This record gives sequence, structure tokens and C-alpha cells, in this order.
Amino acid sequence: MSSVAIAQHEGHASEPVAHDQVSVEQPVHADTNMHAHADTLAHAAHDTTHAEEGFKIGEMIMHHISDAHQIHLGGSLYIPLPIIILHEGHLDIFSSSNFYTVNEHGELDYRDYKGYRNHHEMIEFVGENATHDAHGHKVMDFSITKSVFGMMLVIVFMIVLFRSVANKYKRNVGKAPSGFQNMIEPFILFVRDDIALPSLGKKKAAVYTPFLLTVFFFIWMCNILGLVPFLGGFNITGTLSITLVLAAIVFIITSVSGNKHYWGHIFWPPGVPGFVKVILVPIEFMSIFIKPCVLMIRLTANITAGHIIILAFVGLALMFGQQSPIAGYGVGVGSVLFMAFMYCLELLVAFLQAYVFTLLAALYFGDATQDHHHEHEHDHDHEMQHVH
Amino acid sequence: MEFLNLLMAAEMGQGLAGIGAGIAAIGAGIGVGKIGGSALEGMARQPEAAGDMRSNMIVAAALVEGVALFAVIVCLLVALG
Repeated sequence: MSSVAIAQHEGHASEPVAHDQVSVEQPVHADTNMHAHADTLAHAAHDTTHAEEGFKIGEMIMHHISDAHQIHLGGSLYIPLPIIILHEGHLDIFSSSNFYTVNEHGELDYRDYKGYRNHHEMIEFVGENATHDAHGHKVMDFSITKSVFGMMLVIVFMIVLFRSVANKYKRNVGKAPSGFQNMIEPFILFVRDDIALPSLGKKKAAVYTPFLLTVFFFIWMCNILGLVPFLGGFNITGTLSITLVLAAIVFIITSVSGNKHYWGHIFWPPGVPGFVKVILVPIEFMSIFIKPCVLMIRLTANITAGHIIILAFVGLALMFGQQSPIAGYGVGVGSVLFMAFMYCLELLVAFLQAYVFTLLAALYFGDATQDHHHEHEHDHDHEMQHVH
Repeated sequence: MEFLNLLMAAEMGQGLAGIGAGIAAIGAGIGVGKIGGSALEGMARQPEAAGDMRSNMIVAAALVEGVALFAVIVCLLVALG
């Protein structure tokens, strides 16, 4: 479609590359699951006879890690998601399928629509009849992307699950748990008794436990959703923007609920000599901001690294499959076994990262609402009195 | 000549990113190895407290791995961007 536009555009007749042609050189889409493994292997072998560019593992990995405006379920099946753009005061809502057509390899040929361009899954405004390398202007993109859709799935799942369990508790007052209660109760007790109570103490735990439970289950479910195969490859908690929001919420709650002991310990740490205070106070001040940043990066890095490892093992087999089908199948056996092992490890990491995030959040809340501790000199005085 | 320098610069960046990721793996290996070693030693000395030690070991391993993964992310950004 844009090649027609280019033909109409005067003065640019010598423009060699149309927007469509670039996307033909996109690599083979590979799926990160064992079922599609066999037919993508055959696909890769088929492609090498096509004299196209072969399988680029870096691009495959980046494609599966990044967010997208459509869900690629495998092969040629794409689910388009709504695009919601606020540009220069007016709101445009349309389906993302306006931006692409699926070609015979199951890849997407991108085109412009209504002056917008889907450039590497970022929407920018280039105006009608724009050339391939026209400068794009930023738009306010409120689209439902794959990650947003995944989060909505997790939210709906969590609401349905926990509402039904809560209603069960209301009906079965005093009776033994049944059904889903049996599954959920150990985890809720785990968060309350092993994460919230030790850090916060019984009195203050009730204030923060709902948030800790929410964030624990949200991160855990999002991590698990990213690991489900055949579903289009969600990478929700592996995106910095989402973990940034989670860490920012922890930061806001910590700062708002900080009492004077908390701020006092940061800006006037007790029990240290003066010259150490000069060094310690800037460090403590920076750590107010660094601790949430570290929370954010730890979660993102762990989840993204896990996804990359699994994708790399699959991509390894496909890379060798390009040389010869026998090499592909041979490497494929070993790499699938390694990938299965890494998959189990990633399931553990999904739970563990949710636990570590929640634990550290509880520690920060406990730190912010700390009680007054007796100073060392007071203890000596009390001992002296006991002697008498 | 400048084009060659540009090529060399790009390759250097990506090669060094590979070395950086390797060093990060060494750091993670040493860190988590020490944690696991001391946890096993403690469990050998006092098997009754093995459950406590196991959970603390896992928490400490997750935190140390987080630091190693910062380095991996930085190397990834260098290699791919």
C-alpha cells in the first residue's frame, strides 16, 4: 500500500526501498515451545532454499522479549489488539490489524495507516504518504498491547479466584476449608506469617498485608503467564515499565508511612561518630531511591534472563538446522532437554522473585514504621538498677 | 578509514559485552557457590535447623543473582543496542 503512495509522491521517484520490502527480510518467526519446534525446524530448512536471509537468533529473541500490538499465537495466527492513540488532541481507536498483513511465511508486512506508522511495535506519526525513513513524531500511545492484555488476564483471574475463595470463607465459617480454599490458604498464610508478621509485627501487619498479598500474587501470576507455552509469549514482569510502577508504589508507601524514627535514622543516624555521619547520610539518602530501583531491576532482569535462556536454547537448534537438517535435529535433542530443565528452573524463579519482591517490600515497610529502640546507654542504666 | 573504525568499534562493543557477561557469570557462580557451601556446612553441623537454612539460602541466592543479572542486562544492552 505504501508503495502505491510512494509512486504518487512526486520528487521521490528514485526512492529505492518501500516500507513493505524491508519487512520481507525479517527473520523466521520461531516459537518457544516444543510442539512448534519440529515444524519451525522444517520451516527453517525450507527457508534456506529460498535464498532469503536466514534465521537471526538475536532478532527472534528480541521479538519474543518485547511488547507487541498483536498476539502471535504461532504460524500465521495473529490476534490484533486495539490501538488507542491520543495525537494533537484527538483520539484514534482502531485495530492493529490495519498496520500489517500476514504473508505466506507467517511474517508481518507492515504498512502505514491514517498517517501512523508501526515502527518496531512503537507507534509514531509520520503523516500521509510518508517515505520509508520519514521522521516520526511521538504520539501518546494508550494501546492495549500484549503486556497490558496479559495484565488484564491476570487481574480477571485473580479477582475471580480470590472473590470465590472469600465467599467460600464467608459461607463456611468455622468449617474445614474445601475446594480452592485448600490451595490458596497455605499461600496466604505464608505471606502473612512468614513475610508480613516478622517484618511488621502484629499491630501494623494488618495495614500492609493486603498490599503484600496483592503484589505477591500479581507478580507470581504474571511470571507464570509469561512461561505458559503456546499462548503468544507474554513478558509482563520482564518489562522495565511495569516493574517500575510496582517499585514506585513500594517507594511511595514506604515514604508516606515513614515515621520520625525512620527519617531520623536516615538523616541523623544514631550511635555513629560525626565524621562517619558525613559519609553515611548521603549514602542513606541515596539508598531511599536506590532500593526501589534495585527491586525493579532485580525482577525485570531475572524474568527476562530466564526467557532469553529458554529462547536461546530453541534458537540454537534452529541455527544449527540452517546448516543441515541432521545438525538441527541432533542439536535439537540436546537443546530441548536443556530447555526443559531451564523451564523448571524458571518456574521456581517465578515464585522466588515474587517472594523476594514481597519480602523486601515488607522489610522496607517495617523499617519505615519502626518503633523506638532503646539506645545502648539506656540498657546499661537499666542493668545498674536491676543490680540494686 | 573512518568506516573501518566504525566497524571495529561496533565489533569491539559486542565482543566486550560477551566478555562482560562471562565475568558476570563468574561473579554469580562464586557468590551463589559460597552461599550454598556455607548452607550445606551449617546443615551438616545441625540437621534439625536444615529447613531454616534452606529458606535463607534461597533468599540470599536470589539477591546475589539479582546483582549478577544487572551485569547481564548491561551487557545485553551493549550487545544489542
